[in-house]
Amino acid sequence: MVTPPPFMRHRGKVAALPRANVDTDQIVPKQFLKGVERTGFAASLFFDWRANPDFELNRPAAQGATILLTGPNFGCGSSREHAVWALAQYGFRAIIAPSFADIFTANCYRNGVLPVRLPAGEVDILMRNASRGSYELVVDLAELRVTDEQGFSTSFSADAYGRELLLRGLDEIGRTLLEEPSIAAYERSHP
Amino acid sequence: MTTLFDRVWDAHVVKQLADGVALLYVDLHLVHEVTSPQAFAGLRREGRRVRRPERTLATVDHNVPTGERAVAVADPVAALQLDTLGTNARDFGVELFDLTSPGQGIVHVIGPELGATQPGMVIVCGDSHTSTHGAFGAFALGIGTSEVEHVLATQCIVLSKPKNLEARITGSRAPGVSAKDLILALIGKIGTAGAAGHVIEYTGDAIRALSMEERMTVCNMSIEAGARAGMIAPDEVTFAYLKDRPRAPTGQSWKSGVERWRALRSDPGAHYDTQVQLDASQVGPQVTWGTTPGMVADIGGRVPDPAKLPEPEREAAQRALEYMGLVPGTRLEGIPIDRVFLGSCTNARIEDLRAAANVVRGRHVASRVRALVVPGSQRVKAQAEQEGLDRVFREAGFEWRNAGCSMCLGMNADVLGAGERCAATSNRNFEGRQGRGGRTHLMSPVMAAAAAIEGRLVDVRAW
Ligand code: SF4
Repeated sequence: MVTPPPFMRHRGKVAALPRANVDTDQIVPKQFLKGVERTGFAASLFFDWRANPDFELNRPAAQGATILLTGPNFGCGSSREHAVWALAQYGFRAIIAPSFADIFTANCYRNGVLPVRLPAGEVDILMRNASRGSYELVVDLAELRVTDEQGFSTSFSADAYGRELLLRGLDEIGRTLLEEPSIAAYERSHP
Repeated sequence: MTTLFDRVWDAHVVKQLADGVALLYVDLHLVHEVTSPQAFAGLRREGRRVRRPERTLATVDHNVPTGERAVAVADPVAALQLDTLGTNARDFGVELFDLTSPGQGIVHVIGPELGATQPGMVIVCGDSHTSTHGAFGAFALGIGTSEVEHVLATQCIVLSKPKNLEARITGSRAPGVSAKDLILALIGKIGTAGAAGHVIEYTGDAIRALSMEERMTVCNMSIEAGARAGMIAPDEVTFAYLKDRPRAPTGQSWKSGVERWRALRSDPGAHYDTQVQLDASQVGPQVTWGTTPGMVADIGGRVPDPAKLPEPEREAAQRALEYMGLVPGTRLEGIPIDRVFLGSCTNARIEDLRAAANVVRGRHVASRVRALVVPGSQRVKAQAEQEGLDRVFREAGFEWRNAGCSMCLGMNADVLGAGERCAATSNRNFEGRQGRGGRTHLMSPVMAAAAAIEGRLVDVRAW
């Protein structure tokens, strides 16, 4: 693992991708999975969709975005962590959606990317705000709040363990290895 | 009042880390070439070892060519990935079924085939269809590469405990209706996120009536309903399947194993957070029409009109139909196809090949169709050849290949061209899954076989 930097609070530009069920095959198509490295995935992000000049991330307003705003069940399908590597290396630090797929969420926590789950109605409001042009949000993991400068403010909940991984930028393996006595004891009682 | 899943979970807690979060012991870690290189590289960088190599099994499946095994892998990038797994397996002492091995195959086919997959285990793999192994009453889930590294180093995984969902499937299936149809119908009913955050336990007489391979088909697609895993309580069918497999226990430990495994069931009246029901007798052969497995209908149905769908589904359906090149109201039966793919961890086991062979025997693939059979493992392939199924397929005009994931995800040379329409027995019909611009219709092996012969989607029941 590469221990990601801690995530406390992030202010950034929003890119809106109003689609449901964006699967990891779209996020990183299979032809980019043949490598043996964790890097070099920025260009493969949404590769097939980006070929279309009208694709949401190709729009001028989305340039330099670090927060992705999208539809329900984001990251469904394949377990490929490459999807999160690509999002992170493209520059995304947080993703806001009504829901996320489970494996994708786990992968986010381990790569310094914050998945923020907000009710569909609030995501709609943010989508409308983002559609008016350049739009910024502040995502605060310490306070568990999403805010903008026009007065939008809401709270969100986060998985306690995932939050700790993100906030502290933890080396998860190093931490588990500290549990060696418990692991060894388990192994002794379950030969 | 404990569920099957709770039992398996409780038996594997090494330490409770926080409320609902546990360090869980992993009994079996399956590894393949695509999601492991970065994990092994991480171990090397940190000077760590694989804690339990004997509980780790590796194979090559995702990017392997399915043509002649004697020929070198043409794609240099894929070849490097395959070599890397070879080096990693050697350096870290992990058993590997490589391209030359008679035991090579899709990771979710070979685990059960070896008898390495056993009831009550916690099984992980850097692959979402690890849910397949839940058919044996194991808690089996897909994980990311960072977690793969974590499991290699610690033989444990940190998990927030998912909730319990009971999918009760009752009634008897009509002839021509497969396990694949049951699971597609269930996903159609609850949606692709319908089981998110849950482990599905499949119960009911329709599940009990399934063979072991059919149960694997059902559990395989749990992830397409968004589930963390799928499980079926083990029974005599499970034990009969496992007995005498190479890695299954023998002698006294087989007897005590079976005794232990019999206790792996949910208590009557156990609490499930969510419950859904499906009447198997009402399910016909299913075909997907869109770009998620939840966009599915009975073969007797029509392509839906997005305008008539509820708001949240409308836009996605519109996009899907555009991608699929389909017009609302079109009857599914009769849609012409270009390609047929019989394969994948969902439906490329020996029973699948037998069922499909029975449909094509003595017939020929339609002239405009190119059809492919890719057995799930080299052992499945050998078994099929022993039964003469390869001849049946070849004489009918199918290509007969070596084992791998192949056109399920098109990482090797087996891909759809843009606009090509494929009847596939795999599990994902996402945009571009089988090749950029390719159009996938998911269905059962017998439905795909019949489609190959007719050159269009047909109702296998009327055949
Ligand atoms: S056959 Fe398809 S779904 Fe199964 S493991 Fe291979 S790529 Fe994944």
